[in-house]
Amino acid sequence: MTDATIAARWQFAFTIMFHYLFPVLTMGLGVLIAVLKTIELRTANRAYGAAARFWARIFAITFATGVVTGIPMEFQFGTNWARFSRYAGPAVGQTLFMEGVFAFFAESSFLGIFLFGEKRVGPRGHWFAAVMVAFGAVLSGFFIVATNAWMQHPVGYRVAGDRVELTSLWALLTNPYVRWQYPHVVSGSLVTASMVMAGTGAFYLLQRKHEDAGRIFVRVGVIAGAIFSAASLFPTGAFHGEMLTRAQPAKVAAMEGLFKTQAGAPLAIIGMPDRERQELMDPIVVPGLISFLAYGSVDARVTGLNDIPPDLHPPVEIVYYAYHIMVGLGTMFIAITSAALFFLWRRTLFERRGMLWILMLGAPFPYIANEAGWVVAEVGRQPWTVYGLQRVGDASSLNVTAGMTYFTLIGFMGLYLVLGLLYLLLFARIVHQGPVDSLAQGRPE
Amino acid sequence: MSLNTAWFLLLAFMLAGYAVLDGFDLGIGAIHLLLGRDRAERQRLIDTIGPVWNGNEVWLLGVGGALVAAFPTLYAASFSGFYLALMLVLWLLLLRGIGIEFRHQIHHALWEDFWDVVFSIASVLLALLFGVALGNVLRGVPFEANGEFRGTFTVLLNGFSILGGMLGVATLAMHGACWAALKTDGALQARARRFASTLWWVSLALLAAMVAASFLVRPDFTRNFTAHVWPAMIPLLTLAAMAGVRLFIGRDDLRAFLCSSGYVAGILASVAAGLYPILLPAAPGSASPGLDIYNAAAPRSSLFYAFVIYLAGLAIVTAYLVHIYRVWRGKSQPVYHLD
Repeated sequence: MTDATIAARWQFAFTIMFHYLFPVLTMGLGVLIAVLKTIELRTANRAYGAAARFWARIFAITFATGVVTGIPMEFQFGTNWARFSRYAGPAVGQTLFMEGVFAFFAESSFLGIFLFGEKRVGPRGHWFAAVMVAFGAVLSGFFIVATNAWMQHPVGYRVAGDRVELTSLWALLTNPYVRWQYPHVVSGSLVTASMVMAGTGAFYLLQRKHEDAGRIFVRVGVIAGAIFSAASLFPTGAFHGEMLTRAQPAKVAAMEGLFKTQAGAPLAIIGMPDRERQELMDPIVVPGLISFLAYGSVDARVTGLNDIPPDLHPPVEIVYYAYHIMVGLGTMFIAITSAALFFLWRRTLFERRGMLWILMLGAPFPYIANEAGWVVAEVGRQPWTVYGLQRVGDASSLNVTAGMTYFTLIGFMGLYLVLGLLYLLLFARIVHQGPVDSLAQGRPE
Repeated sequence: MSLNTAWFLLLAFMLAGYAVLDGFDLGIGAIHLLLGRDRAERQRLIDTIGPVWNGNEVWLLGVGGALVAAFPTLYAASFSGFYLALMLVLWLLLLRGIGIEFRHQIHHALWEDFWDVVFSIASVLLALLFGVALGNVLRGVPFEANGEFRGTFTVLLNGFSILGGMLGVATLAMHGACWAALKTDGALQARARRFASTLWWVSLALLAAMVAASFLVRPDFTRNFTAHVWPAMIPLLTLAAMAGVRLFIGRDDLRAFLCSSGYVAGILASVAAGLYPILLPAAPGSASPGLDIYNAAAPRSSLFYAFVIYLAGLAIVTAYLVHIYRVWRGKSQPVYHLD
């Protein structure tokens, strides 16, 4: 791999990981806002309208930051990964294009109406705008995940000369890989939005400020959080993992730190991979669980890294830890949200300060879990850019040097540092101001 | 008509759509500090584009997506070739976007002034860079033997492309002034009309210079116009739209804005008509030929699928556009007053 390719990988990793911090919130938050608007419309309870307006303000700054950090992603395929674009563009171009015409236009057109047009379009029109924003955000996620799924598991193509030719758009959109990857991504996003909402509500309740809004935030956040943290494990996570064992055995072996092919493969709860000795150091394992998860039988044989050529190994440690961080955090989310749901059902949650503290402090962790999940997906695919077809070293641009890329990477780092600080400042400020009760108070004519 | 030609037309249409729509909000940015005399006026100017600028910018993403799907070789060669210029565009788009969206979050004089300046400078530079890009596309780029080129700033910044950049700034500024005249009233509207009127002359002079320079830089540019009748109609319609702007400024702001839209779209359409079937010409002395709608195109299946997506998408996008510009019709209301 040349220096230029390594530089391009650093830049892509940095810009995509920073970017994803924003859509991971907006995809889920859009749906939760639509839920709040629906409750408002059906019950005529103005408190839900105020709650929706509050989250719309958070949505607005998050969406704006997501847009301005997202444009560099679409452009980077061309700037730094020109050989990938030339090779795979006929296939991945379709989904990238579809995201633009079907999702972005819906999202951005109705966002203006949703944020500023409540009085112009009336309650039903405003509800519709909220639904369209959520629809656009979730649909946009589909096309991006479908693009990624094709890179993980190419389908509906044939290789014609020095590039791929798409033989079926339908196959691209119904890729078996995307079937569970996409619900898993959406579920992870909903966990993020739910826990941020519940955490903000807990913050208000603990301070005894904006308590009516705080109770709505905690209630909606905890219910949605419990549903989707469970859904992230089963069915979406479990079935996606099953797909992985069939499609990408090297990734699975790295995720589990499975150095040797074996029947009754154990699942490591903790342990440190040691690549020199080809073993896990100080492991705590559940015997047979990987075999069971992958093949439904505790005795099934699972491929280990020893049966995969060394030049096709992904970086084991990164993939192993990222996977364990994701699963460990996901388990904690299930524990936290189901405990909170239990107290909500017993009607004691709003007085349990210990539980509210946990909800408040838990809010940032879904970001880490989602990022870790994408690290598993992307680093675990190495050394391939398009699995089995194009290696990462053959995908980068030839006419862009490492020096050029490090120059722009440093530029992105500086800009994103400022942008991140400004976002946090504004986020904290909106939370500090709290929800306003009525339309008139929020928006003078 | 072949699929390749259809895609050339669609690409030109999307680029023109982007130039017209994002053009007016870039234009607002370009004259923001001069047209808005105080913080309240600048607030009103940003309010005119607040609900729509993001949707306008999506057209650029649409162009990017269409390029990957239909002309992946052009996308790969041009985005990596224009590497530093494109990165600059990305950073400016970023600064401009947060300039619009973060400005109103805190009501503080220094905060608002800072974002006003960021928004305006980024908009001017973007209009300039888009004009420079158009100039370089007309002029051609130095392709190397492997079909790549390196668009360093020493290559990209030349007399011809800088002229294009100036034309870009003047034209979009005029377009933005027409938008401001349409969406505001009172003293601000009167000033916007005067701005549009003055910028009209600047844009016309630069356009004349640009056309004259084109004959020197690209002597074969007239071949499509002399060979067929209908391509020659495009520059004539562009000039008619330009005359329309003059006619309607101060009398009918909506017609003036529509004419100005026609003028912006017409400039791009004229360039496209002159270049067809070439997408990115090779400058003299290149080691490999330029890219055209055949050697840069995706395989037929991809062109076909993306074409179907395009038609479906166009219907939906048209419905959205009609809807949002109806919701936001009339003089603009304050939108960004949330705290």
